[in-house]
Amino acid sequence: MPKMTINGKEVEFEAGMTILQVAEVSGVEIPVFCYHPKLNIAGNCRMCLVEVEKSPKPVASCAMPAAEGMVVRTNSPYVEKARKGVLEFLLINHPLDCPICDQGGECDLQDLTLYYGPGVGKYKENKRSVSEKYFGPLIKTWMTRCIHCTRCVRFASEIAGTSELGGVGRGEHTEIVTSAIEGAIASELSGNMIDICPVGALTSKPYAFRGRSWELTKTDSIDVFDGVGANIRVDSIGTEVMRILPRQNDDVNEEWLADKSRFAYDGLKSQRLDRPYVRNNKGKLVEATWDQAFSAIALKLKDAKKERVAALVGGMVELESAFVLKQLMLSLGVKNIDCRHDMSDYDVSKPGHYRFNTTIAGIEDADVCLLIGTQPRFEAPLINARLRKRYFQNGLQAALIGASYESTFPLEHLGDDAAILNEILSGKHSFAKILKNAKAPMIILGEGALTSTNGSDIHTLARAIADTHKMIRKDWNGFNVLHTSASRVGCLDIGFVPVKGGLGTREIIQKSQKGLMDILYLLSVDDIPPSALEKPFVIYQGHHGDQSAAHADVILPGAAYTEKEGTYVNVEGRVQRAFKAIFPPGEAKEDWKIVRALSDYVDGGLEYVNLDQLRHAMIAEFPHLKVLNVATPEAIDASKATDQKDVKGKLKPTIANYYMTDPISRNSLTMARCTQEIIEGKWPKLGLIGE
Amino acid sequence: MLNDSDRIFTNLYGFQSWNLKAARERGDWDNTAGLIKKGSEWIIEEMRTSGLRGRGGAGFPTGMKWSFMAPQDGRPRYLVVNADESEPGTCKDRDIIRNEPQKLIEGCLLAGFAIQAKVGYIYIRGEFYREAERLQQAVDEAYASGLLGKNAAKSGWDFDLYIHRGAGAYICGEETALLESLEGKKGMPRLKPPFPANIGLWGCPTIINNVETIAVAPTILRRGGEWFAGIGRPNNTGTKVFCISGHVNNPCNVEEEMGIPLKTLIEKHAGGVRGGWDNLLAIIPGGSSVPLIPRSICDTILMDFDSLKAAKTGLGTAAVIVMDRTTDIVKAIARLSKFYMHESCGQCSPCREGTGWMWRILERIAKGNAKVEEIDELLDVSYQIEGHTICALGDAAAWPVQGLIRHFRDEMELRIRLAKAEVAHA
Repeated sequence: MPKMTINGKEVEFEAGMTILQVAEVSGVEIPVFCYHPKLNIAGNCRMCLVEVEKSPKPVASCAMPAAEGMVVRTNSPYVEKARKGVLEFLLINHPLDCPICDQGGECDLQDLTLYYGPGVGKYKENKRSVSEKYFGPLIKTWMTRCIHCTRCVRFASEIAGTSELGGVGRGEHTEIVTSAIEGAIASELSGNMIDICPVGALTSKPYAFRGRSWELTKTDSIDVFDGVGANIRVDSIGTEVMRILPRQNDDVNEEWLADKSRFAYDGLKSQRLDRPYVRNNKGKLVEATWDQAFSAIALKLKDAKKERVAALVGGMVELESAFVLKQLMLSLGVKNIDCRHDMSDYDVSKPGHYRFNTTIAGIEDADVCLLIGTQPRFEAPLINARLRKRYFQNGLQAALIGASYESTFPLEHLGDDAAILNEILSGKHSFAKILKNAKAPMIILGEGALTSTNGSDIHTLARAIADTHKMIRKDWNGFNVLHTSASRVGCLDIGFVPVKGGLGTREIIQKSQKGLMDILYLLSVDDIPPSALEKPFVIYQGHHGDQSAAHADVILPGAAYTEKEGTYVNVEGRVQRAFKAIFPPGEAKEDWKIVRALSDYVDGGLEYVNLDQLRHAMIAEFPHLKVLNVATPEAIDASKATDQKDVKGKLKPTIANYYMTDPISRNSLTMARCTQEIIEGKWPKLGLIGE
Repeated sequence: MLNDSDRIFTNLYGFQSWNLKAARERGDWDNTAGLIKKGSEWIIEEMRTSGLRGRGGAGFPTGMKWSFMAPQDGRPRYLVVNADESEPGTCKDRDIIRNEPQKLIEGCLLAGFAIQAKVGYIYIRGEFYREAERLQQAVDEAYASGLLGKNAAKSGWDFDLYIHRGAGAYICGEETALLESLEGKKGMPRLKPPFPANIGLWGCPTIINNVETIAVAPTILRRGGEWFAGIGRPNNTGTKVFCISGHVNNPCNVEEEMGIPLKTLIEKHAGGVRGGWDNLLAIIPGGSSVPLIPRSICDTILMDFDSLKAAKTGLGTAAVIVMDRTTDIVKAIARLSKFYMHESCGQCSPCREGTGWMWRILERIAKGNAKVEEIDELLDVSYQIEGHTICALGDAAAWPVQGLIRHFRDEMELRIRLAKAEVAHA
């Protein structure tokens, strides 16, 4: 390996690294503003200037490739003076309004000025002020604070895939603007611009003036708004979630977070179920005690025929609750349990059949990608970002069978009829040839396909396509299912599916509509047709008074994802743990505790006294859940798909409105604003700008 | 003094026609195919022998630049001619394009062949509207006579030449900003490395040269590098078009030998300083970007890269701006500062913020509305810009200010003191 000297210390480096990267790995800090490891290098802030021997000028270390024998100094008076100079230039037109700036306390400019900057400014002229720009309901701008690092512009054009941001004007009149005069930035990843802005020019609009970074309690958690399982940090004060930020995990979300995951938290504060309710004999829901609620359930369950009882699990439930609910139901003799409340029904006997086997990071090895009935831009924006990243790395050739949409990377639309899959399998379709020649092809099968009436056949057919094109082999597994809910893969892992002889979601719903079901236990299930909830006795356990709660006969108030510890398994089969940030409101309890308490009323036989016991039992039954933070490798299985049938029928989109997909986002004011402005295109009048 | 027989631009003043026929009579396009037949190594070697240094301002040896071209790897290669002549005081390229366009076009073919480029672009300043028209006519004439296009000038080399008009930004004269602009993007300089010779236009190997550099190439190749190297002084060889403007009796462009004494240049060709040599205050010898020199230095200085560098200024584009004693020197430099503030692309922090800061301080000093310490602050600001930016515009903005403080600090201090006294008096 080549060697160079930094501050008198000889360090080895890999060819192709920049001076800044070499410094970083050797423990030397070089301050930066415009440099961001995930974005292209701009080299415009000039903060990272270092002294390189034999170079007449100081060198921007972020952009200069390290070379054998280079002698670099980052701490000489010469470099310190250059840094001071740059900081002074950045500060002369910066408003220095830190006391009223939301970035205060977590501001790169503030921090670096403290460590490297001049003590006092010499600038005596008037400062520049810049008019506010309207970036939509999520991002608040304060453009006078902008230091023109162009991180946001680069993020928008490189990662988010929207060309709406850019710089106009020249010299000191340069301004960052959106191309839409009044429109919001139409990207599902726009919130990340807030994180990467090194100053307070772009801050969170919903969080504006709400809290200071040092007052926040920070709790590591896992996002539940899609199946990606993005690593997040929940920042809270007291009993309130103040904001949600991504944590870095290069295997999952890198350092990005989708907008819904970041901003829907205000939905946690409204329409909450904070005490149990029981429907009285007048047909009205009235407040009840836990004892009354459980007794009402016990009374009903005692006489019910077990084949007319069913339990469903929703998309945001953590694994522990689903596990205890399954145990309770099995001990009661109930066979009708299912976690696929979207009515998809296909062979889930092997993990490889329902996981995202390529893994998210694995996308960066793929060269051809076939999307079937999925719109990753809305179903999993972070997986979409990976696909786009891969497109820039090697020109990933991607095609879509399903409802067309505006993709952020070039995507050939083959049509929306599932029948195209037959042609691809038989090799008649032109895309079959591309798949054949690919080295690392992948298929992403989405819920748009799996929830259609012949979803099971499409699943088999897709596996057959994967087989015939050698997508599943020792070094590569290109068969992927993309779920939209956070709980799905975990629940399938623990077998929350109909026990032999039991009914699946579709039949449960059909029977309920006909009045052939007596009791429905819904654990946070909100997206099934209300007509199914009218005839049976409905027990709703969840955190929001949404669609299902209105039809319930007993409401058991549960905890939202920020209010409980839990295990989640993402689409790849990666087991991740979330921690409890705040307490649930009112009398609401963590969901596993509710099921556990109910067990005593119905002789369910659950004996757990704490979460640890429960986890031990769960891990004893499903050992792979013990290993955290790895995409489970056992997913690779080469079982051949058999008896595939021809399929046909249009594949419909799964998500109509990205910003409202679940009880939390449906109750979020911020998401309602996004819907209004981005989906419906109703922009606020000019007077509201800078609100 | 340059002999008439050694003059390259014999129609610099447009006394004869600019068209192809007249140009051929003056010797252009004479045996171009023969020169090309000698091979690109020969051309580059001959350019190296001639000692020609780039005429755009930086003075990088042209032969060396051409030899730095990345080796053939299947990518297309491009020649780009920088005709975005925007340096205040400079107007040599304009006259070359007006009156000697065929020299430029022939130079493009030869340079293009030398670096094995089949396509050339001339990026011409947007304000040069008529010049762009004329250049286009000249290119059309060359195409019509088979001097460009397939088998250009019967040399066996295919070469296409396109003219691209800029939109009037000074920064687009910086070579990488020019490439960005040519690609249709905002004209902002690129980070170097990678250098254009490896990753240039559309990511392909590209050589960018000034109009004058390219236009002198055919004559050098015809008459031999030795001939060119015999003119001027060592390391500063050949002839150069000087643009003399300002307080002289007869402002003009003139082709002269490198290393000619500044005084001779002005007295001989520009009719002397207005009111006589003693009336001289200062001269900016190489376009607005270089530091000015006071009369004491002007008396003896030679006009070439190395002599001017030794006097802490530079030859730049050889645009000699003469200022006599009627000039308000602080105000003059403040105006240049305003120019750089206006033309800064706004990409890197020191230049974006610093150029405006310098201008504001200078404006106040020009009025006397400042403190004496602020002169040092100004100098400090200029040092913080110089060398800390992506491109040389930061340096170009800092140097005139540094030159002013170096040579006219007394004047600045006096002005501040007088203003203060006036206030005290009133």
